Amino acid sequence: MSDMTMEQRLALNHYDVDTEAHIKIKPDVCRECDLRPCLYVCPAECFKFKEGKISFSYEGCLECGSCRISCEREAVEWSYPRAGFGISYEYG
Amino acid sequence: MSDGFEAIVVGAGPAGCAAAYTLAKAGIEVLLIERGKFAGGKNVTGGVLYGSVLHELIPEFWKEAPVERRVHRHMISMLSEKSSVSIDFNTDNSDHPESAGYTVLRARFDRWFAQKVAEAGGMVITGSRADDLIWEDGRVAGIVAGGDKIPAKVVIAADGVNSLLADKAGLGVSLSPDNVNQGIKEVIKLPRQTIEERFNISADGGAAIHFLGFCTRGVHGGGFLYTNQESLSLGVVVQLKALIDSKLKSVELLESFKRHPTVREWIKGGTPVEYSAHLVPAGGLRMVPQLYTDGMLVAGDAAALVLSTGRALEGLNFALASGIAAAETVKMAKEKGDFSQKTLSQYTGLLSESFVLQDLVRFYGAPQFLDNLRLYSVYPELACSLAERVLGVDGNPKRTVWQLAREEMKGKVSLWQLMRDAMAARKTI
Repeated sequence: MSDMTMEQRLALNHYDVDTEAHIKIKPDVCRECDLRPCLYVCPAECFKFKEGKISFSYEGCLECGSCRISCEREAVEWSYPRAGFGISYEYG
Repeated sequence: MSDGFEAIVVGAGPAGCAAAYTLAKAGIEVLLIERGKFAGGKNVTGGVLYGSVLHELIPEFWKEAPVERRVHRHMISMLSEKSSVSIDFNTDNSDHPESAGYTVLRARFDRWFAQKVAEAGGMVITGSRADDLIWEDGRVAGIVAGGDKIPAKVVIAADGVNSLLADKAGLGVSLSPDNVNQGIKEVIKLPRQTIEERFNISADGGAAIHFLGFCTRGVHGGGFLYTNQESLSLGVVVQLKALIDSKLKSVELLESFKRHPTVREWIKGGTPVEYSAHLVPAGGLRMVPQLYTDGMLVAGDAAALVLSTGRALEGLNFALASGIAAAETVKMAKEKGDFSQKTLSQYTGLLSESFVLQDLVRFYGAPQFLDNLRLYSVYPELACSLAERVLGVDGNPKRTVWQLAREEMKGKVSLWQLMRDAMAARKTI
């Protein structure tokens, strides 16, 4: 079994993707951060660091809360997706 | 719905379902509300469900519940990069199914459990998120869900590790990277017969393997492998702080874990069908918050009621038992017609009489013991390297096991340190 990419992994799952993000980040705060724990703790790699900026894409979020707990600067405005949206596990 | 309910339970996991089921059975008007499209849709386990608590609530549940396999083979495997040393316990426990452990897949299991709540007369609403609490004269008086106010005499928050409701009531757990573990898991499909032959298990029997060492590349955490009926659950559980400090991603650990020569053979030919993640409170009693306030109780992961020992993290039975205790407290409160803090404080009394708080008290020091990194690097590697020398023949004059052990320990751990760790382990494993 060869390694899967994150895209391949997340494609295994069923999501009902909302049109609006349930998690938002504060770019001004993120810009000041050099630790960037979100890059390591997000199991779905929703956080990316490109050209000096953190970006977040909510579509593949597994709703675990790791980013919420790990961000010391409280730059992650965390909530669950709206009812009926987000990850829907078939096995769990 | 303007009259509201006697009780609202938020979250249809094991704590919430056990609470709602107990209340419904007692004829109390209860609403069980779940944000997933169906109960279990947001839930993940990396554990084994031991039968005793649920058997008391729903006798012989294993005959009707969608459990995967009854575990009769337990293994603990210590891994180095290429080797493993295992303890392998196998038994025939088919004659006492009530105390056996069962592998479960939560999307199926929780769905069944919520169905049981509905059959018992509880109202179950899925696909609805509890966003806020209703406050009346300083006490919790219901919830707000999707803009609707739903009044209740009491609310049981069983909404999981990220309990936003408990936070709103000031009962929230203080979660931090050093008291929370992240579990990630793959469900890997394999034919039923292959699983039974490969793991040497019976037709309805199962195996549970816990790993220590290379599965987390020496950082605070462990690995697991469980047999389901037609799939395997393979995952790693790592302390969040360890991920941050080592700049490792848990998915990288999972990939190298899958490539380990021992694990590779277990999962050979399998097809991954799901990738999941969930957090586990792992700080023990120290992180358990106040469990009640006027009009509200907190149960399960939302209250960090997870036992962390040197052996495993155990949350399922703690969730079930705390859900039942919360419901019993509500039954008492209804009889008295008083849902104030004073009456609801009996909840902690009930938990103190059960294993829930007794175990958490007994293993109070375990989370600190588990911060000892030798558990994840030095000892598993030592076990493997010593086994290789003891069990091998290299053409040189032989030495005793003790002589080999002393040689292998050199530069890795002193005898003094080993003894100190063993002494500490006495109280925590």
